[in-house]
Amino acid sequence: MSAVPESYVGSSSTSPVTHHILSVLVENKAGVLARIAGLFARRGFNIYSLAVAPAEGHARFSRITIVVDAENTPLEQIVGQLDKLVNVVAISDLSPRDAVERELLLASVKVDELTRPAVLEAVANASASIVDVDAGAVTIMLAGTPAACDQFERRLEAFSDVELHRTGRVALSRLGRTNN
Amino acid sequence: MELTGAQALIKSLEHQGVDVVFGLPGGAILPVYDPLIDSTIRHILVRHEQGAGHMAEGYAMATGRPGVAIVTSGPGATNIVTPIANAHMDSTPLVVITGQVATKSIGTDAFQECDITGITMGITKHNFLVQSASQIPRIIAAAFHLATTGRPGPVLVDLPKDVAQSTMQWWWPESVDELDLPGYRSSFDIDEQAVTRAAELIEQSQRPVLYVGGGTLKARASAELLAFAERTGIPVVTTLMARGAFPDSHPQHLGMPGMHGMYSAVTAMQRSDLLISLGARFDDRVTGRLDGFAPDAKIIHVDIDRAEFNKVRRADVALHGDVRDIVRALDAATGKTLDLSAWWAQLRTWQSEYPLAYDPVSDDGLLRPQAVVEAIAQAAAPGTIVASGVGQHQMWAAQHWKYEEPGTWINSGGAGTMGFGVPAAIGAKVGRPDRTVWAIDGDGCFQMTAQELVTARSEGIPIKVAILNNAYLGMVRQWQEMFYEERYSEVYLSADLPDYVKWAEAMGCVGLRASTPAEMKQVIAEANEINDVPVVIDFRTDSSEKVFPMVPTGATNDDIMVHPSQRGARS
Repeated sequence: MSAVPESYVGSSSTSPVTHHILSVLVENKAGVLARIAGLFARRGFNIYSLAVAPAEGHARFSRITIVVDAENTPLEQIVGQLDKLVNVVAISDLSPRDAVERELLLASVKVDELTRPAVLEAVANASASIVDVDAGAVTIMLAGTPAACDQFERRLEAFSDVELHRTGRVALSRLGRTNN
Repeated sequence: MELTGAQALIKSLEHQGVDVVFGLPGGAILPVYDPLIDSTIRHILVRHEQGAGHMAEGYAMATGRPGVAIVTSGPGATNIVTPIANAHMDSTPLVVITGQVATKSIGTDAFQECDITGITMGITKHNFLVQSASQIPRIIAAAFHLATTGRPGPVLVDLPKDVAQSTMQWWWPESVDELDLPGYRSSFDIDEQAVTRAAELIEQSQRPVLYVGGGTLKARASAELLAFAERTGIPVVTTLMARGAFPDSHPQHLGMPGMHGMYSAVTAMQRSDLLISLGARFDDRVTGRLDGFAPDAKIIHVDIDRAEFNKVRRADVALHGDVRDIVRALDAATGKTLDLSAWWAQLRTWQSEYPLAYDPVSDDGLLRPQAVVEAIAQAAAPGTIVASGVGQHQMWAAQHWKYEEPGTWINSGGAGTMGFGVPAAIGAKVGRPDRTVWAIDGDGCFQMTAQELVTARSEGIPIKVAILNNAYLGMVRQWQEMFYEERYSEVYLSADLPDYVKWAEAMGCVGLRASTPAEMKQVIAEANEINDVPVVIDFRTDSSEKVFPMVPTGATNDDIMVHPSQRGARS
């Protein structure tokens, strides 16, 4: 999986659309993730992020949310090739405009007496929460839109010694919108 | 009924109607070879697993039925990777069964272990690692269903040794619903609106061409194509993978398009205003430089694989589904009679100005390879099957032989696998013992897989092999001559080393040699009289001979180079 490209960082639903979100229902069988990753690798399709979890309480299926670069490869080609994988059951193409997207961000930030108020202020402003604390550091969680996570990540750049991890997004189509 | 996994596998193959498998045993697949003794299935013992794979491909291409190969784990499995990749590129239905180390040893670098499902993930339509003996009937039925429906292709089933040895209660899936393939569909409703739009494009066209690809053969759509072409009068080209889908003798057939295609076929596509693509995929060897390909043509693209639409060339109308059903629908929807008289006048001019050409007289007294192909064809019974390797000889066999029916031309198109010819011919002969089968091979290709003639002799498979022996890796030599200033690098093989006649005899075959036109006719007649053992003929051909026409790489199809003798005439 490639790192998040520069042009993508900070993109939001208002910026030009260069990515699409594919919500892919797959059989929960050994090697399915490798089949999908291998397809993207050998066909030269770019993945921005990928998240996997069991689907809707099924033991039989998983849902993979893949954010793909739809600028360098036509989305039709990505979907067409993906659809040929026998273990892929259904593909929903979610345009960012028609989707609710969320992402989870965890960050551990070193704090001292001087920086603690600023960190707490940033947490409060972003509606993030503190999920772990010790004498010299806090761990912050933010669940929000990718844009909100981008913004919060930039906000944390003001502090030194930040360890940050993001999950990549999951998405569902907006209620009242049909998807294919 | 309690069976071992191995017995269940053989019984499953019998249930699928398998009559022959190509294979070679080894440690991990040993349990499977025991119940094979009691089976009605014929096993062809190959000398190298690559041979098993190409034989299965030749069988499949000649019969339309899936080819089956059984090999062991590790190197047995990796040796059949090339045929799997080849079948994947050419959409050939194949079921390959590989032995695997015991389940508890997987992942421990055990003896003869390799991750063959991982290795073949990108070159199979699908693959399976069997986890319990009770899964075997379902997985085998699913493998055949996947291999033969939709866009056909190779499917691999990896069977751990302990699973083959454990027991199960025999059952057989009665319907496709029991195959546990929730994500797979192979039949599609025809989009009637798209058919109407396509019919309108056809009726409006002035210079249409039916661009017929291998998918037409897979869909068994030749009769429908013939009816549609004859009713509309539209000219036809058949790609390398589709030779035989439309009779070469038919007056509407312009021949093969592409890098070494007929001038008339290539130029008809270039000047066309409507290409009707039937199971073709706009391969680079057909299009030449893409931005200059058929610049004025609208595209009707018919394919069972929707990922082919707009992959290379944007389609004006994409028709997803079975080629045969769609050709029928197009035929029914196209009402107006087309007036193509001006188009045909132009096409006939191109055909008469630039037929296939070669100089029949060689300066050095050696045979012209094109003349050898034509002489074999002339003496061949109708319905003779031709298999080839890859290179110059392949192009001459595709150009100079007249293919009249499906399943008579067997070659490696997409992958370009040297050494394909001899084993593919053997597989074809096993599938169609009633037909004469010629392998038209090159000397370089022959040396890659010739050992399978031992298989052919010992199994009683009397194929005929014509080696167009020009002592070179000829196609590479041609490129070095034309594009690398005659700097020949590592292409010389020698005409005499090995001695092909002695080699053939050592393998239990009849070995013959011809160096002059008179000898050529005589040895062909001799070979045609031998029907009990394989025959190998060493034809000594002129190494300076090149394949024409030719579209150089990077050039558009407008820059097609015809034979030097025709160049003065070219306007």
